[in-house]
Amino acid sequence: MPPVLQVENLAKHFRMHHLNQRLDAFDGVSFTLSAGEFLLLRGPNGVGKSTLLRTLYRSYLPSGGHIWYHMNRGRIDLAVAADVDIAQLRRREIGFVTQFLIARPRVAAEDIVAEPLRSAGVPATEALEEARRRLEEFGVKRDLWRAYPTTFSGGEQQKVNLARALILPPRLLLLDEPTASLDTGARAALVRRLAGLKAAGVAMIGVFHHPGDVAALIDREIELSPREAPANVAV
Amino acid sequence: MTAALALEPPQLMTTPPLLTLRGVSRRYGDVIALQDVSATVYPAEVLGIVGESGSGKSTLLRMMHLEDSPDSGDYRLALPGLSGNLFDLDRFARRMLRATRIGIVYQNPHQGLLMSHTSSGNVAERLLIAGERSFGALRARARDALDASEFPLERMDARPIELSGGMQQRVQLAKAIALEPALLLLDEPTTGLDVSVQALVLDTLKRLQRDRAITMVIVSHDLGVIRTMADRVMVMRRGRVVEEGLADQVFQDPQHAYTQQLVHAKL
Amino acid sequence: MTLAALTRPWEPMSYGFLDASAKRELRRKMLKAIAVPGCQMPYASREVPMARGWGTGGLQVTLTLLRPSSVVKVIDQGADDSVNAASIRSFLTKVSGARETWDTLEATIIQSRHRIPEERLRADQVLVLQVPNPEPLRPVQPDMSVARQMHADADYGRLWLVLYEQIVRSGRIMEGAAYPALVNGRHVMTPSPIPRWDVPKLHMAPHLTFLSAGREKRLHAVPPFTRVEPLVFSDVPYQVEDHANLTCHRSGVSGYFMNEIPQGDGTSRFELSDSHLGIKAIRRAEGAAMAVGPTWYDGKLPR
Repeated sequence: MPPVLQVENLAKHFRMHHLNQRLDAFDGVSFTLSAGEFLLLRGPNGVGKSTLLRTLYRSYLPSGGHIWYHMNRGRIDLAVAADVDIAQLRRREIGFVTQFLIARPRVAAEDIVAEPLRSAGVPATEALEEARRRLEEFGVKRDLWRAYPTTFSGGEQQKVNLARALILPPRLLLLDEPTASLDTGARAALVRRLAGLKAAGVAMIGVFHHPGDVAALIDREIELSPREAPANVAV
Repeated sequence: MTAALALEPPQLMTTPPLLTLRGVSRRYGDVIALQDVSATVYPAEVLGIVGESGSGKSTLLRMMHLEDSPDSGDYRLALPGLSGNLFDLDRFARRMLRATRIGIVYQNPHQGLLMSHTSSGNVAERLLIAGERSFGALRARARDALDASEFPLERMDARPIELSGGMQQRVQLAKAIALEPALLLLDEPTTGLDVSVQALVLDTLKRLQRDRAITMVIVSHDLGVIRTMADRVMVMRRGRVVEEGLADQVFQDPQHAYTQQLVHAKL
Repeated sequence: MTLAALTRPWEPMSYGFLDASAKRELRRKMLKAIAVPGCQMPYASREVPMARGWGTGGLQVTLTLLRPSSVVKVIDQGADDSVNAASIRSFLTKVSGARETWDTLEATIIQSRHRIPEERLRADQVLVLQVPNPEPLRPVQPDMSVARQMHADADYGRLWLVLYEQIVRSGRIMEGAAYPALVNGRHVMTPSPIPRWDVPKLHMAPHLTFLSAGREKRLHAVPPFTRVEPLVFSDVPYQVEDHANLTCHRSGVSGYFMNEIPQGDGTSRFELSDSHLGIKAIRRAEGAAMAVGPTWYDGKLPR
C-alpha cells in the first residue's frame, strides 16, 4: 500500500513567554503510515499523545522535523506548508476527531452532520439523507435530529460530533480520544464505522482511552515515553 | 524568538489571493496607526483580525474599504476590471468600488445605515447607486437580501431607528450583500449586542459565508467571535502584525508573547 | 483738481437697470450654466427694486438679456394679468424701452413663475423661470457644501431613495411640482415648481431655458436640444396631471393644464392656466383672427 504519511524526527516544544520557560513535549518522533493502516499512540497521561496528533494536524506548530504527506502529485511537508494549503487539506483530505464539539446555536444536529457534504458540493437533500443515516448509526434518537445540539448531553453531542467528522472519508484521519463520554452502543458503532473507513483505505492514527475497543483494527503501535525518544512497537 | 519553523509559500492553493495588502503604513501626527502591515486573503476565506483598542485593526479595515489612504502601501483586489494599486484610484473610482464591489458592516449601525429611511430603502439605495431603475426589481432584490440576512420580512419597511440592535445589524448585512460583493468587511459586527443576539448574528454570518462563498475580513477584539468565524487570524498590536496563522493554531499554540497574553487572558 | 474733474457725470441708471459689471457677472454665469447643463452656478445676485422671493433671480437674467428690440412676456402661474407679472413687465419695459406682449408667439423673452406656456416655444425665444429653491437635494441633505459634493460625485442615491419610499408608502410618487429631472444625463435639477405637466416641454426643446434664484444666488440652464428626463423607475411611468378631459368654464378650451376653483357648493370649476391662450380662444370664437401656435398637448379650442 502506498505511504500516506512519513514523519521524520518530529519535535515540539512550547515557549511560555510570561514564565520565560520552555516546555518540551516530544522529539525524535519518526514513523511511516500507509493507506488503510491503523496506528495506535500509547503512553502515560500527559506524555504528549494529544500534542503529537495536534502537531500533525497543524493546530500546533512543529518545532523541528518533517511531516511528509503524500499525494498523487507528489508530497508536501505539513510542518512548513502554507496556512492556505493546510486549510485546503483539512477540508478535503485530513480529518481530526476530538471530544470537543463547538456547538453552534440554532443549527440542527442533522445540518451540522450534513455540513461537510454540503461544503463538498453535495446537494442538500442527499446530504441530509446521508446525515440522518449516520446519526441513526450512532444511535442518536430520531426526534433529536432536528434539535439543536447545544441542548444535548455530552454523550449525545459527541455522537453528533463523530457522525459529522466521519461522514466524508478523508485520506488521513486523526482520532483524539473519540470514545470519551460514549455509551457502549455508540462505541461499537464508532468501531464499525472506523472498520469501514479502514477497509476503504483511510489511514488512521488514534489515541484511545480503551485501546481494547479498537484492538481488531490496530496494525501498529507507537509508545511515547516521557522525555526519551519513543519506542516504535510493532504489533 | 518563536519556536516555529518558517512556513513555505502556497503550493496546493492555485487560485490567486483575492486581496493583497503590502507594506501599509499610516501615522497621524506622532501616533503610528499602522506600521508596515501586510495581509493576504484567499477567495471564500474568512480572515479574522484581532487586537485591542489602539492596535490599528479598525484603521486597517478602513484602508481595505478605501475610506482612507495610507502614507505608503499597495492594495490589490483580484476582481474583473481592477488592476494596479487601488490606493492610487481617484475619489470617484473609490466611491464606485465601495458602492458596488465591497460590502461593509460597521459596529455602530448609525454609521452604516440611514436611520430615518426604511430598512428596505437602505438596501435599495445600494442598488440604486449601482444603477437599478426598476421599482419591482428593487423591491424583490431588497427582500432577497434581507431574507438572506434572516431579517423578518414583515418589517422590511420599518425604519432602523425603530429596530433592535441585532435587527439593525441584519439590515447592515443585507445592505452589504445586496450587490453580491466579492469582499465583505465587518468591523466588530456584534460588539454591543446582547450575548444571545450575538450568537444568532454570527450564525447568520456563518451560514451566508458558506452558502455564498463570500470572502470576509472580520475585525474584533472578542476572541470568541474570531474563533467562531475565522479560518485564519492576524493578531495586531500597536499598528503592527505580531502573529498570523490558522485560527485554531493561533488560539491553541500562540507563538508571540502578546498573543499568549491575549489568549490566556480570556475569562 | 475739482470734483467735477474727478467724477463722471451723474446718470440715473444704466440701460436695463443693472450696471455693466452686474451684467457681466450675470452673462458669465449664464454662459457657464449653458456649458454645464443643469449644474447650479452661484452668482453675485444684485439688489433690484423688488423684495427677495418675488422673482429677483428671473428679473436679473431678463434684464441682462434685454435689448431695445426685445419683446417681453411675463406670466405668474400662467396669468399675464397677475399683480406681480404686471409689475415686472412694467419695470422691464420702462428700463429698456423694449415692447411688451401677452402673446406667447410674439415674445422674444418669456419670464415666468411656475408655468411654461402651452404653445411651443421657438429657437429664437428664451424662457426665464423664477426658482425659489434651486437645490433638488435639499430634502435629503440640508448642508449646501455636502450637496455640492454630491452633485460633483453624481451621488443621487438618496434622491432616488426618497422616490422609492414614496411609492412604498403611497403607491405612487408624490412629487407634484418641482419634479427632479436629470439634465443632459449628468446633473439633477429641480425645474422650479412647474407642474409635472410642464416638465416634458423642456426635453429636447429648440429654445434656451434659464432657471434663476435671486435669494439663493444660483442659476442653471437647459441649452436647446438637451435631454431633460424626470427621475422615474422603468416600471413606474411618469404621469402628468389628469387634465386631458377638463374644460375651461370661461373659454371652453379643453385638454390643457387647468386651475381648479372650488365652488361654494363643494364642486369645482376649472379655468385655463395659460390665460392668454384662453383670451385667444374667446376672441376667436367672437370672430377675430387670432394665431394660435402648435402646442405640446392635444387640447381643443371651441369652434
